[in-house]
Amino acid sequence: MNEIAPARNIGGYVPMIDGPEKVSGRAKYTADLLAPGMLAGRIYRSPYSHAEIIEVDVSQALRLPGVKAVVTGADCKETFGVLPIARSEHPLARDKVRYRGEPVAAVAAIDDATARQALALIRLGVRELPAFYTSGAAIAPGATQLHAHRPNNIERDVLFELGSVDEGFRAADLVREASYDCAEVCQNQMEMHAAVADYDVERDRMTVHASTQVPYYVHLMLARILGMDISRIRVVKPHVGGGFGCRTETLNVELIAALLARRAGGCVRMVTNREETFITHRGRPQTDIRLKLGMRRDGRITAVECECYQRGGAHSGYGVVTILYAGSMLYAIYDLHNVKYVGKRVLTNTPPCGAFRGHGTVDIRFAFESLLDEMAHELGLDPIAVRRANYLAAPTFTDNDLMVNSYGLPQCVDWVERASGWKARKGRLGKDGQGRRRGLGFACSHYISGASKPVNWTGEPHATVKIKLDFDGSIVVLSGAADIGQGSTTILAQTVGEVLGLELARVRVVTGDSEVVPKDNGSYSSRVTFMVGNAAIDAAQNLKRVLVAAAARRLDARPEEVECLGEIYRAGAQDKGLTFSEVVTEALKDTGTLTVTGNYSTIPESHGGKKYRGAAIGGTMGYSYSAQVVEVSVDEDTGVVSVDKVWVAHDCGKALNRLTVEGQVQGSVWMGMGQAMSEETAYHDGLLITGNMLDYRVPTIEDSPPIEVAIVESNDPHGPFGAKEAGEGSLAAFLPALTNAVADAIGVRFNELPVTPDRVFAALEKRRRGRNGRNGRRSESGSASRSESSRVA
Amino acid sequence: MARLVGMTLNGRARVDAVPDNLLLLDYLRETLGLTGTKTGCDGGECGACTVLVDDRPRLSCLTLAAAMDGRRVDTVESLGRDGRLSAVQRGFHEKLGSQCGYCTPGFIMASAGLLRRNPRPSEDEIRAALGSNICRCTGYVKIIEAVKYAADLHAAGTSP
Repeated sequence: MNEIAPARNIGGYVPMIDGPEKVSGRAKYTADLLAPGMLAGRIYRSPYSHAEIIEVDVSQALRLPGVKAVVTGADCKETFGVLPIARSEHPLARDKVRYRGEPVAAVAAIDDATARQALALIRLGVRELPAFYTSGAAIAPGATQLHAHRPNNIERDVLFELGSVDEGFRAADLVREASYDCAEVCQNQMEMHAAVADYDVERDRMTVHASTQVPYYVHLMLARILGMDISRIRVVKPHVGGGFGCRTETLNVELIAALLARRAGGCVRMVTNREETFITHRGRPQTDIRLKLGMRRDGRITAVECECYQRGGAHSGYGVVTILYAGSMLYAIYDLHNVKYVGKRVLTNTPPCGAFRGHGTVDIRFAFESLLDEMAHELGLDPIAVRRANYLAAPTFTDNDLMVNSYGLPQCVDWVERASGWKARKGRLGKDGQGRRRGLGFACSHYISGASKPVNWTGEPHATVKIKLDFDGSIVVLSGAADIGQGSTTILAQTVGEVLGLELARVRVVTGDSEVVPKDNGSYSSRVTFMVGNAAIDAAQNLKRVLVAAAARRLDARPEEVECLGEIYRAGAQDKGLTFSEVVTEALKDTGTLTVTGNYSTIPESHGGKKYRGAAIGGTMGYSYSAQVVEVSVDEDTGVVSVDKVWVAHDCGKALNRLTVEGQVQGSVWMGMGQAMSEETAYHDGLLITGNMLDYRVPTIEDSPPIEVAIVESNDPHGPFGAKEAGEGSLAAFLPALTNAVADAIGVRFNELPVTPDRVFAALEKRRRGRNGRNGRRSESGSASRSESSRVA
Repeated sequence: MARLVGMTLNGRARVDAVPDNLLLLDYLRETLGLTGTKTGCDGGECGACTVLVDDRPRLSCLTLAAAMDGRRVDTVESLGRDGRLSAVQRGFHEKLGSQCGYCTPGFIMASAGLLRRNPRPSEDEIRAALGSNICRCTGYVKIIEAVKYAADLHAAGTSP
């Protein structure tokens, strides 16, 4: 019996093991790395939205005293990009610039002031081309192509129909269609992009410290861009100040820093400012959605037709995947048949979009949950009852072959319904003491626990973790998993400690240095707890096997007779047993320092299907589920919407760490709130005019509501200790829950995001004048239900 | 031009020749290597660079180092005693007021400033005191819990 001691590390409130560094200021982020003689890097960016480059004259810049290196597009003909099928981007533009702010040249100088002076001496000669800032303009007949290989400026066309939407709509009692427009939003993580590149001329080796979510991709792209043997490159990820998806891709920042370091023969620190961080972008694309749903009188959905246009920006980035996710993730939350999806990813002369938290799913979920709410009211049904009428029955496979094993959505819905007092309060809140109209809104969302097929398919396991055990008896976990603040390092320590029955004090986790740790596919698509967690369990079990065998030798017992109590290994309850350090000494006798490996791979059933091109996107080992109720009050004189309270229940399978699960869920909800209510990038002729945190309005602590979290544990059969993702799935539901709440409060439905005071005020003004506005479209379909119509004065 | 500037930084008196146009933020980070204070924006937007000047929170990115002559400046590195975390640091660590940690030193200094002038703040007072600091990870819920917890620890004798 090799049973471990009862759970000690799993399921509690465990502060992050790297927390003391963060609160004391000792944690080093990339921009904090200082070295004598380090050069300052700066980027010269295109002032044009779309132009052919005729000349980049850097001769004056090179002559400025203190300038050590200048690089331009002429110095690197290679392209980079996260998807092997779509690498259209150069670190420094060649031949053409395609958005305002695209890097054209870069300078390394003895200090930042000199580097800035040098930028002012660079001359860019161009022939300007027509530029396109909206999806509609870019795909209009005759529009100039951004990329020669992409006719009509369409990066990717997606089309599938599973079942028959015609039949589905015929079976419906109510068919409704609506259009939605979601503004582009940006991750705007607190740490601005930074890279420190150090080139060792004598040995021809490059070391890059980068603020990245995926050191492995940076490693691959550095080798490609520099034309260096990949073994000569080392990538280190220091502490990272958030990512939310923008750092999943390799960014031009780290590549340009490396090009400069090699040219200068030294060390270059490149720290972008906030405006440049916005321009580097990789946020969520502006999205136009047309959604048509068929519903029976009992709330059952009979057909879904969805058309989605994403304004992707000037390069593909993750675009192909984003537009595919938007379609495939219509599924796996409700029992849907008869679904048609048309997706178009459009290239425009704006900064490239990427994979923002909730990748591809958020805007679609906003549209879907909004229309469900509207139709529920029209049919006189409780919006919650409509969701209940469409639950999946897990385990199951969806029509697009997504594998759903655990499904805690019903429990999530039940909790928020109860906790918010939904039945008694929905539609009955009336006005508050200041005359503001109050309302409740409800919505659901879901997300994947890692993509079952990695972007770079190499045949390796999806995750590999090593554990080193040496004479000192400390357990050193080696992992490439990138902690970007989500707490993956802590989860690794917890899982390994749990399997071995040891306190966290004995476990150390080493991450982030390609010279030391095994490669990891990175922190994206909420894969780390699931995949790396499973690999860590495997590694710890392998180590335990070695320790049990060693203890058996010393105890003169068979391994199956040895009981592991963490710090004590014994054979039988009467045995006083061996201490952990005695077992370690025995285990190392023949081999010396021990290293064990743990691996994890997804099962083929989770890989999605082949029913249409790109159908594998969306496949995962486990979906998380979330339900939310949002309570708002709306000031009809100013248009200001206040969120007074959020109740959210999230099915994360099993909370390995309740503290960090709560933190992730609250953070997701709040980030959804920013997108729903205030965040929006804006451009004037392609020039970013919201490149700071005053114009790009992030909610402050004074705008932010209490967020009460319930953790639902559906115990996924494949998850590590039953766990699934916790860090993304609760974002999307906030958006429709908010607009549904606003509709409950004032009877106006907003299909355009963000719901700013200006938009609310304009919609109310139009209504006061007796007209229906575009986004203040009063639901003609009769969604002004009994309670609403009684309240609308 | 540079001038000699004398200040008490993290409890120790020092005199440096400081260029007139050098920001306190850059003086701390680039000149002295005190990188606990963070740069999060292009000037006065985010609060990541908050330090205490004579116990009052101040944005070091909008402050000239030369203006600190004769003043007392405290950064996150000054907190805690004998290697132990201060009450505010412990609150942010144990209650998860810090996720990625980048905004954390700014929030911690603004919170320490609050507790120094108001040891038992209400939730509204906490919100008001932290209203110019941006966090992108937490949704602020656990930051409020962290400061409340810190106030309790402070009341029980831990330094703020």
